[in-house]
Amino acid sequence: MTTPVLDLRGVAYRYPGSHQALYGVDLHVHAGERVALLGPNGAGKTTLVLHLNGILRAGAGTVEVSGLPVTDAHLLEIRRRVGIVFQDPDDQLFMPTVRDDVAFGPANLGLRGPELDARVTEALTAVDVLGLADRAPHHLSFGQRRRVAIATVLAMEPDILVLDEPTSNLDPASRRELADILAALPVTLLMVTHDLPYAAQLCERSVILSDGVVAADGRTLDLLGDADLLRRHRLELPWGFAVPRAD
Amino acid sequence: MGARPGLHLHIDGDSVLHRLPAHAKVVGLLAFALTTVAVPAPGWWPLTVAMLTGCGLVALTGVAWRYVWPRLLIEVPFLLFAAVLPFVASGPRMALGPLQVSEVGLLSAWALAAKGTAAVLAATAFAVTTTPRDLVVGLQRLHVPDTLVGILSFMVRYAAVVGDEMRRMRIARESRGFRAASLRSWPTLGRTLGALFVRSFERGERVHVSMVSRGWTGTFPTFATATAGLVDWACAALPALLVALTAAWALAS
Ligand SMILES: Nc1ncnc2c1ncn2[C@@H]1O[C@H](COP(=O)(O)OP(=O)(O)O)[C@@H](O)[C@H]1O
Ligand SMILES: [Mg+2]
Repeated sequence: MTTPVLDLRGVAYRYPGSHQALYGVDLHVHAGERVALLGPNGAGKTTLVLHLNGILRAGAGTVEVSGLPVTDAHLLEIRRRVGIVFQDPDDQLFMPTVRDDVAFGPANLGLRGPELDARVTEALTAVDVLGLADRAPHHLSFGQRRRVAIATVLAMEPDILVLDEPTSNLDPASRRELADILAALPVTLLMVTHDLPYAAQLCERSVILSDGVVAADGRTLDLLGDADLLRRHRLELPWGFAVPRAD
Repeated sequence: MGARPGLHLHIDGDSVLHRLPAHAKVVGLLAFALTTVAVPAPGWWPLTVAMLTGCGLVALTGVAWRYVWPRLLIEVPFLLFAAVLPFVASGPRMALGPLQVSEVGLLSAWALAAKGTAAVLAATAFAVTTTPRDLVVGLQRLHVPDTLVGILSFMVRYAAVVGDEMRRMRIARESRGFRAASLRSWPTLGRTLGALFVRSFERGERVHVSMVSRGWTGTFPTFATATAGLVDWACAALPALLVALTAAWALAS
């Protein structure tokens, strides 16, 4: 078996002076997989994501990225390997122009000059927004900002792309365009969402996080077809939807 | 793009001033403003030259005057103040048409209006030809401390976001029948302001997390831009030089 890109064992976390958010999470994601991390609001999804690149440190348990443990010594390399796209693109786009914002990550990794320019062009092309390179982020539509936010992370050539609720606040057309782009990206993907049809469309495998533990892990269509399981974890397909049965 | 006055001062174009590197422009503007302010009274010639130079700079930008006027409005309070000075200042009086005005007041009014107008014209020429991005890079090149540059660039970036949040909160308030009519509404407004502060603070934390997530360790990467050559610096120094030379000539003769 190859080394998993993400290897979490018994990850537990308590916010200081607050309640326990994670109670021992086990999760393995292998190269080339597309995994949806499902769960209701407050399940601990964002908290878990912040453990993947060492923003938060597990109170108990370990996190490894392609075999490298998340410790202070490897922080920069960990942050290159794990590309997190946060929920609100306004939090992610803080430079005066789109081009500078996409260059920010690779520049922190030490890239300069033509090599840096090539990274920026490549990342913007991958999400189909090369034409916006010289615009200011606050002049873009929400859907465009979301895509640029993804480009800022792709430019670091991560081992795994982690998206926190990528469809929130997107209109249906932007939502579909984003799906087309994500489907075409040749990356390992961990997508946090409670948009179940989106998970079904893009991810073969799903993991349900509920009350700080992994409650289910399996084929997306199997999990979404289990009405009882979904109900127990406050997950619901939109009205009128049904999952096509495999057999 | 960027034609909304106030927040977005820059207007696209391809003039000499647009192409001059931002850090040269910052230094040139500063030198021009300081020289103009330092012109001794009454300075009829040097200040006239300064105002003409200001007009010349704006004309050089190639931006239509109808876009420039709104940006000059910032000077109106100063002009009003200057207009009042001759009447309220003390000292010997002189006749100005049918009116009796203070001589000192008249000279001060001239100096204030002329210096203000020259500086505002030059600053406008600077603002419409410099993108926020170029300004930030320019300040970095001038070795302005990173923290200051960061604060400036975040202000430019998030003014719109915070303004939007403020507007949404006002709409939410008013949709529930609130009207800011009397002193009694102040506690509510205070609470809203508090909420806005908390939201902005939390936003700051999230932005910080997203920066750290992309490998930020405390210094902003500088991106290469045009370097300023001797010709650029000479061009940038020209306006200040014009005023200084005229002032020297006026003093000598
Ligand atoms: N900074 C924080 N301090 C204290 N508690 C927090 C903080 N952030 C989140 N929590 C709590 O941790 C739990 C999990 O939150 P989160 O990971 O954001 O859930 P999700 O992303 O699945 O909606 C929630 O109960 C939330 O209230
Ligand atoms: Mg969340």
